[in-house]
Amino acid sequence: MNRRMVLNTVGHILLAEAALLILPAIVSVIYLEKCLWAFLITIGIALVSGLVLKFASNPGNKVIYAKEGFVIVTYAWLLMSAIGALPFFLSGEIPNYIDAFFETVSGFTTTGASILTDIEAMSRGLLFWRSFTHWIGGMGVIVFVMAIIPNIADRSMNIMKAEVPGPTVGKLVPKARDTAKILYLIYIAMTIIMIAMLFIGGMPLFDSIVHTFGAAGTGGFGIKSTSIGGYNSYCQWVITVFMLLFSLNFNLYYLLLLRKFKSILKSTELWFFLGLVLVSIAIITYDIYPMYANFGETIRTSSFQVATIISTTGYATANFNTWPSLSKAILLMLMMIGGCAGSTAGGLKNARVVMLIKTVHRELKRLLHPRSVRAVSMEDKRVDEQTLSGVTSYFAIYIMCTLGVFVLLSIEPFGIETNLSATIACFNNVGPGFGAVGPIGSYADYSGFSKILLSLAMLLGRLEIFPLVLGLNPLVWKRR
Amino acid sequence: MNIIVVGCGKIGQSIIASLLSEGHNVIAIDKDAEVLSEVTNIYDVISVCGIGTDCEILTEAGANKADIFIAVTGSDELNMLSCYLAKTLGAENTVARIRNREYNEKSLGFLQHELGLSMSINPEFFAAHDVYNVLKLPSAAHIETFSTRNFEIIELVLRQDSPLSGMKIMDLRRQHKAKFLICAVCREGKVYIPDGNFELQSGDKIALTAAPSEIIKLLKSLKITQRSAKKIMILGASRTGYYLARMLLLSGCSVVIIDKDPQKCQEICEALPNATVILGDGAQQELLKEEGINDVDAFISLTGMDEQNILISYYAQSQNVPKVITKVNRSEFIPLATGLGLDTIVSPRRTITDVILRYVRALKNSVGSNVEKLYKIMDGNAEALKFNVKEDFKYINTPLKDINFKSNILIAGILRNRKAMVPTGDTVILPGDKVIVISAEHRLYDLADIIK
Repeated sequence: MNRRMVLNTVGHILLAEAALLILPAIVSVIYLEKCLWAFLITIGIALVSGLVLKFASNPGNKVIYAKEGFVIVTYAWLLMSAIGALPFFLSGEIPNYIDAFFETVSGFTTTGASILTDIEAMSRGLLFWRSFTHWIGGMGVIVFVMAIIPNIADRSMNIMKAEVPGPTVGKLVPKARDTAKILYLIYIAMTIIMIAMLFIGGMPLFDSIVHTFGAAGTGGFGIKSTSIGGYNSYCQWVITVFMLLFSLNFNLYYLLLLRKFKSILKSTELWFFLGLVLVSIAIITYDIYPMYANFGETIRTSSFQVATIISTTGYATANFNTWPSLSKAILLMLMMIGGCAGSTAGGLKNARVVMLIKTVHRELKRLLHPRSVRAVSMEDKRVDEQTLSGVTSYFAIYIMCTLGVFVLLSIEPFGIETNLSATIACFNNVGPGFGAVGPIGSYADYSGFSKILLSLAMLLGRLEIFPLVLGLNPLVWKRR
Repeated sequence: MNIIVVGCGKIGQSIIASLLSEGHNVIAIDKDAEVLSEVTNIYDVISVCGIGTDCEILTEAGANKADIFIAVTGSDELNMLSCYLAKTLGAENTVARIRNREYNEKSLGFLQHELGLSMSINPEFFAAHDVYNVLKLPSAAHIETFSTRNFEIIELVLRQDSPLSGMKIMDLRRQHKAKFLICAVCREGKVYIPDGNFELQSGDKIALTAAPSEIIKLLKSLKITQRSAKKIMILGASRTGYYLARMLLLSGCSVVIIDKDPQKCQEICEALPNATVILGDGAQQELLKEEGINDVDAFISLTGMDEQNILISYYAQSQNVPKVITKVNRSEFIPLATGLGLDTIVSPRRTITDVILRYVRALKNSVGSNVEKLYKIMDGNAEALKFNVKEDFKYINTPLKDINFKSNILIAGILRNRKAMVPTGDTVILPGDKVIVISAEHRLYDLADIIK
C-alpha cells in the first residue's frame, strides 16, 4: 500500500481544515469573544500536524488505488473530527473531550445530534464553527481539497468514490477535479441564495448564515432551544424547500445549468423522492390535524417535519415526540430512507431503495417464470449486476450494523423507543429521534462509551459503512 | 482540449493515458461496459457506453464540441464512419485508425479527403518504418530524423567492451573530431542530461545528435559501425511484417519471412513475390537454423505474442545475429526485454501514441505555443522538440552560455538555412532558426519555457 501517499493526502486535508478554521476565528473576533484563543491554538495544531505529514511523507509515487482511497477517507475523517473538537474543549464550553468529539463528529457527518442542554449560552464563534462543520461535511472535505489542490493524486477518483454517498458516482465532466469544482460551485451558489432569502424574511444575519449551513449540509444544529420554531412562517417555508433541494442529486442542478431538462425529468430517483415526500406529508397532515389550530399551520408543520427528516437534517418546529404513532412510524421510515444519492443528505438513499424494490420485483417474476431474463433499469439504462449486488450487500450490512449498534446501546437504562430511534437517527445522520433524544431532548445523558459508539455510527452512516470498515481493518493496511 | 476516443482497446487505452498526462479532457466511448468500467477506474475520464456510429451516443459524448475525435476501434469501416459522423456533428479534427492494406495503398488520399479526416493512423506501418530506419544504421537502437533529413537523433547502447565506457564526455569530444553532442543518457531507467564531467558506463543508453554524415564519421572512429543489413529474417507475417518486408525489398534487401499460418503465408507470398516465405513454427530452433539464422544480418521478431518475440529474440542474440529487433506491445514487458540485453525494441502502441501526441501538440501550436515537432526518445522518458524561433524570443543573439536554462534541458541542435549546427557555448540563436531542445522532465509548450 502507498502509505506515504495516504499520509500526504491526510496532511493536505488537515491543512485545509486549518484554513477553514480561520472563518470561525474571524467570527469570534467580530463578537470579541474569548474562544478566539481556542481557535488560534487549534489552527496551530492543525497547521503543524498537516505540514509535518505533508513534508515528512514526500511520496514519489502518487498513484492511489481503491484501497488507499478507503484508508485515506477513514483516517482523514477521524483526525479531522479529533482536531475539530479542540475549540469546544480548549475554550472550556464543553469541558468533556468525549462530548466535544461527539458534537464535532455529529457536525462533520451532518447528523446534528447534540449533547448541549443550554445552546443559547454558547459563544457565537463556537456556534458558527459547529454549524460550519455541517457545511464542510455535507459535500465532503476531501472533495473540497480535490477541488482546490491540483494533481493531489493520480486516480483521485478512488478517494471521491469513497467519500461521495450513493451506489455509483457519476462524473459531470471528464476530470475528477473539475467535477469537484462544479459541485462546490453549485453548493456555494445555493448556500448564498438561501442566506439571502432568510435574511430578507427578517431573520438576523448571523442566524440566517448558521441555519443555512445546517440546511445546506442537511445537518441540523440550531442555535435556539426551540430550533426553528421561534421564526416566522416565511422562514420556515424557505428552510423546508431548501432542505428538500439540498437532498436532491447535485448532478441534476448541473443538468439544469446545461438546460438538459429532458434528462432531469427522466430521473427515476427524483420522482420516487418527490412522491414519497408528498404522500408522507398528506398522511401526516391528516393524522395530526386535530392537534393544530388551522389547516395552514398543520400543513406547514407536517411539511417541515417531513422535509427535515427525509433530508436527514434534524431541525424541528414541533415536538413530534407527542404525535400519534402512525406519524412517528412514517418519520422513522423516512429517517432510514433519507435523501438522494449524490446529495448532502444521509440515510439509505432513494436510488438504493428504488433498486432494491426493482430487484425484489425481478426476483418475484423469476419465481413465476424461472427461465425469464430480465434486466433492472434506472433512467432507461440498464443497471449492471455488479451495482445491484453492491446495493443488496450494502442493505445487508446496513441492517446488521444498525442492529449491532442498537444492541450495544441497550446497555443504557432508556427504553427501546429512545435507544432504537437514537441508533437510527445517528446512523442515518438525522439527529433528533424519539423519547429522551427527541427534538427538545439531547444526547447528554448517554455514557461516554455510548457517545463514542454513536460517533462511530454517525461516521459509518456518512461514509456509507464500507470505507470505515475496510479502513479500520488492520489486514488492509498491514505490511505483509 | 476536449478529446473523444472511440474504442478502448490496447491502442485506445495507451492513447488515453498519454493524452491525460498532457492534461486534456478525455471522453471515452466503447461498446463494452466492462472495458469502460476498467478504463474509468484507471484513468480520470468520463465514459459513454455505445457504438461510435450512433449519433445519439456521439451527441451525448459531446462530439459537437470536441477539438479532436479519435476513432481506434478494431474495424476500419467503423472508424471511418464514426469520424465522418463526428465531423458532420461539428468535431474540429478527426483521426481514424485505418490499417487495412487495400485502403492504405490505393485509396487513402481519396478517403481522407472525402471523409474530412485530419489524419489517418496505421500503427503497423509506423512500426515498420521505425524498424526500417534502424536497419539502415544497425549500430543504433533507435533513430529519429528531424523533418529536413539533415539532423538525426540516434540512440546507442554501450556494450561491455565499448571504448566509450569510463570516458568523460569532454574527453570524448577532444578525442573525436566529429561534430556531435551527447544529449541524454539513460542509466537504470533514469534519464540524465549530461554535462562535460559526466562519465559514461557500459550499459548506458546514450542519445546523440548530429548530421547524418557526422554520425557515420563518429561511429567509424568508435569502430562500432555495422554495414546496413542486407539479409534479413522476419518472424511473423503480420501487417507490420508485410510493410517492413515491402520497404526492405524495394531497397534491394533479401528477406525471409517465417509464419506458421498457411493462409497468412499464402497472402504475403502473393503480395510480395520477391520475398522467401517459409511456412513453419519460428519457435523451433531447428527451423531457424535451417533457414540460416547464423548468417543473416538482422533478425526481426514480429509475432503477435510479446513473450514469444522476447524469447526467440533472445535465442537469436545468442546465435550472434548482428542486429536483433523485437516487437513488444505491452509496455510493462519492455524493461524485461532490455534486461535480457535486447536493446532495440519496437512497439506499435508506443509509436502510435507518439504520433498522436505530436499531432495534438502541433494543434495546440496554432493556439499559441510553437512546437513544430515532438519526438519521444529514451523509451518515452525524454522529449526532443523542434521550435521555430520568432522575433520576440527574449534571448536573440545571446551566446548560449549566458542564458540561464532550467535544469535537465539542453539545446541539441540549431537548424539555420537548412544547415544543421551542433551548438557550443558561443553559439547564438537568431530569428528564423529552428531549435531542437531535449527535455528530460519538463513539458515544454513554448521556447520561452526553457529559461528559468
